Amino acid sequence: MLVYVLKRLFYTLPVAFGVSVVCFLLVHIAPGDPLTSVLPPDASAQLQAEMRKIYGFDRPLIVQYGLWVLKTLQGDLGVSIATGRPVAGELRLALGNTLMLAVLATLIGFVLGCLFGFVAGYFRDSWLDKLASFVSIIGVSVPHYWLGMVLVIIFSVQLNWLPATGAGPGGSADWAWDWVHVRHLILPAVTMSVIPMGIVARTVRALVADILSQEFITGQRAKGLLDVGVFRHVVKNAAPTALAVMGLQLGYLLGGSILIETVFSWPGTGFLLGQAIFQRDLPLLQGTILVLAMFFVALNLLVDVVQTMLDPRVQRA
Amino acid sequence: MSTASFETIATAGTSPGYWSGVLRRLGRDPVAMFALLVILAMVLMAVFAPLIAPADPYRGQMLRRLRPIGTPGFPLGTDELGRDMLTRLIYGARLSLLMGVTPVFIAFFIGSAIGITAGYLGGKVNTVLMRTVDVFFAFPSVLLAIALSGALGAGIFNGLLSLTIVFIPPIARIAESVTTAVRKIEYVEAARASGASALTIVRVHVLGNVIGPIFVYATGLISVSLILASGLSFLGLGVKPPEPEWGLMLNTLRNAIYVQPWVAALPGAMIFITSISFNLLSDGLRSAMDLKS
Repeated sequence: MLVYVLKRLFYTLPVAFGVSVVCFLLVHIAPGDPLTSVLPPDASAQLQAEMRKIYGFDRPLIVQYGLWVLKTLQGDLGVSIATGRPVAGELRLALGNTLMLAVLATLIGFVLGCLFGFVAGYFRDSWLDKLASFVSIIGVSVPHYWLGMVLVIIFSVQLNWLPATGAGPGGSADWAWDWVHVRHLILPAVTMSVIPMGIVARTVRALVADILSQEFITGQRAKGLLDVGVFRHVVKNAAPTALAVMGLQLGYLLGGSILIETVFSWPGTGFLLGQAIFQRDLPLLQGTILVLAMFFVALNLLVDVVQTMLDPRVQRA
Repeated sequence: MSTASFETIATAGTSPGYWSGVLRRLGRDPVAMFALLVILAMVLMAVFAPLIAPADPYRGQMLRRLRPIGTPGFPLGTDELGRDMLTRLIYGARLSLLMGVTPVFIAFFIGSAIGITAGYLGGKVNTVLMRTVDVFFAFPSVLLAIALSGALGAGIFNGLLSLTIVFIPPIARIAESVTTAVRKIEYVEAARASGASALTIVRVHVLGNVIGPIFVYATGLISVSLILASGLSFLGLGVKPPEPEWGLMLNTLRNAIYVQPWVAALPGAMIFITSISFNLLSDGLRSAMDLKS
């Protein structure tokens, strides 16, 4: 097992390296100079050269990359061009908010997805299956930013039950698990949960149908195994894959939260990304994307390892 | 409906019998056929927008801005600049479909080429190609799309470019795994033993067997692509105002949800209808081809 973990870790390193190169190059594929957004258009050539030197843009790309990696490994993600504050600090708070939202959404989505998927797979080809499958196809087809808007229209504008935007009366800095704050979390979390719900439901449906069609189940049933016993077998066989899907979904939600956070003005990484794009704040863009992508890489590794531990049938390639 | 007969003997490569069978089974699937009709209607709407639309999509009057659904002369109301919503929704199909379908279409060719090359040649070529693909696969798709178009800046071309890059890795992965499986089948070995060149083998024996599964997989991505493309415009990337595009319209109408909530929600409904239709059609195609997801 340890050998497998080390091997898997070893395979992750080149991917992590590649991801860092892509993130580094993001600033350089941008049209014009990364500094054009902060410098006034009539800045003198001398000022431009000085700024370029301060930010290190005058050096060869490889040197810039090396220095950037060294700095990043020390937790220094550079300074936001728009605010002048360190990117790492801005990210820390935002990451916590996004994590809270994404974990909650994944949990809701996982529970509902398992429920729908199980019902659909267990009563295959019945009207229940059709209904559950239809719900899950809606989950994967709906533009979630629009769903968020519709929920705001219903629950905030028309019914006035829940707040439309933000993370609480004082923003995110004073977050607490009380109703004043939690009610801000409900709409974005429910909106976000629709994506994992649809995907988990589809996966679980296929898993359950597949397990039920296997001979050992038929054999056990013939020997008099009750539905409760069958259920136990299904859960045992489906759990590793379903959990793996859930883990990956959490990663997708963390990376893809920008649209939902924009709709709800939720002060997370997505909102930060939106600001970075809007103000063409490339260091902030680069730092946020690097952290989110590395998080996803690490999560992939973790999911693989956990799945191998849970499911001895998975090949340890 | 296809009238191809069963006498058609399956030859190497694409056999017409197989595909007509797929089409026939697809034709018997009412849900998939309905989805196809909706998609065709959307395409026709996009193509003939100037003929169908009752008004000018760019010209509005501030005096009659944000009228509700059912206003005489404006059946679906007006937007924040007083432009006819029905007209803009019809015209919106043009850019929304273009931005959603084109990236998957281009990625289908590039991704297939990469995956088939890697899968067929194997060895070092496979390692280099697939590790590169893995790097892009290591990003969540939404994040990669936003990172690329965020760095490149707004604009239709940049949006298309970013989305194409996003969809190449998943397609290349599928193409690689299907090709690797086909390469091991005996008749491919036999063709190689009898001295056929790599290009001939790929063209005659491999392509016909792998293109179907890759194609079905790619059709499943169209719905994601539509949502993402409109999502980019929704964020202020992708299409720029005043062009009518559903995601962008959703963005500019966001502030109007307190005045005309249901008018503001209309463009999203269009994205939803289109995206679910593509998903249902893709599912139908998959079961008609008897493939496992």
